[in-house]
Amino acid sequence: MSAPMSVDVSNYLMLSAVLFFIGLGGVILRRNPLIMLMAIELMFNAANVALVAFARVWTNNAGQIFAFLVITVAAAEAAIGLAIVVTVFRRAKNVDVDEAAALRG
Amino acid sequence: MTLFWVLAILLIATAVFTISQRSPVYSVVGLLANFVVLATLYLTLDAEFIFIMQIIVYAGAILVLFVFVINLLSAGTGPISEGPNRMPRALVPAVLVTLAGFGFLVVGLARGPLGILPPHVATSRMGEVGQAGVFGSVADFGVALFSAHLLPFEITAFILMVAVVGVVVLASDAAPAPTHGHHLKRGTQKREPILKAER
Repeated sequence: MSAPMSVDVSNYLMLSAVLFFIGLGGVILRRNPLIMLMAIELMFNAANVALVAFARVWTNNAGQIFAFLVITVAAAEAAIGLAIVVTVFRRAKNVDVDEAAALRG
Repeated sequence: MTLFWVLAILLIATAVFTISQRSPVYSVVGLLANFVVLATLYLTLDAEFIFIMQIIVYAGAILVLFVFVINLLSAGTGPISEGPNRMPRALVPAVLVTLAGFGFLVVGLARGPLGILPPHVATSRMGEVGQAGVFGSVADFGVALFSAHLLPFEITAFILMVAVVGVVVLASDAAPAPTHGHHLKRGTQKREPILKAER
C-alpha cells in the first residue's frame, strides 16, 4: 500500500455508468415496487460513485458533500416511496404496480 | 488496482443479484452486500465520511426500512405475491433503453471534457488519511460542511422534515378529510380493500 496506487478515473465513471444502468434496467423490468425502489437506490449509489471519484480527482470536498446530500435525498425518497407502497397495498391488497391504475385516464 | 477490479466485479454481481431475485427479501440481502462493497470502494477514494454514512444510513437505516415494510406487507397475508412474470414482454424495451443510454454515456465519456481532468485517481498513502488537513479526512469534511457548504446542509434538514411530514400524511389511515367517527373506529377497522368494490 505504500506505493501510491492509481486507478484511471474513467474506470470509476464506467463502473458508475454500469451500476446506474443495472438500476435502470431493474426499474423497467421489475413490477414489484419494493424491488423497483431498491433499483432506484442502486441508481442513487451509482451517481454517488461518480461524485466521490470526481471529488478525489480534484481533491475537492464539494463532490463528497454533494454525495452526502444525495444520501439524504435517497433516504427521504425511500421513506416516502415505501409509505406509498404501504398505502397502495393497504387499498389494493397486492404489490403489482400495474394493478395500481386507479388514476389511469 | 487489483482491489478496484475485485470491488467492481462484486458490485456489479450484487447489483444484478438484487434486481434479479423474485422475492424482495433476497433482493434486500443482495442490496446489503452491494452497499457494504460500495462503502469499501468509497474508502479506496479516500472518502471516509461517505464510507461511514454509507454503512450507517444505507445499510443501517434504509435497508431496515425495506425489511420492515416487507415484514409489514406480508404480515397475516402470507408471502408477498410475486406477481405475474412480465419479463418476456418487458425485456426487449428494457435492454434497448439500457443499452442506448449506456451507449450515449460511453460516447460522452470518450469525447467529453475528460481530457482536462488529471487522468489518475491518486490515493493517499495508508495512514495519511484521517489526519486533519488531509483530503478525505472526517475533520476536513466537517470543516467544509459547516463553513463553505452550510446552506446545503441546512436544506438537508428541511428535506428530511418534508419527508417525515409526507410519510405521516401518506401512512395514516385517515381519509383526506377525516371525521371524528372515522378516527374513533380506527382501531377496530378491518383491513379491507377499499377499492375492491370499484374494480
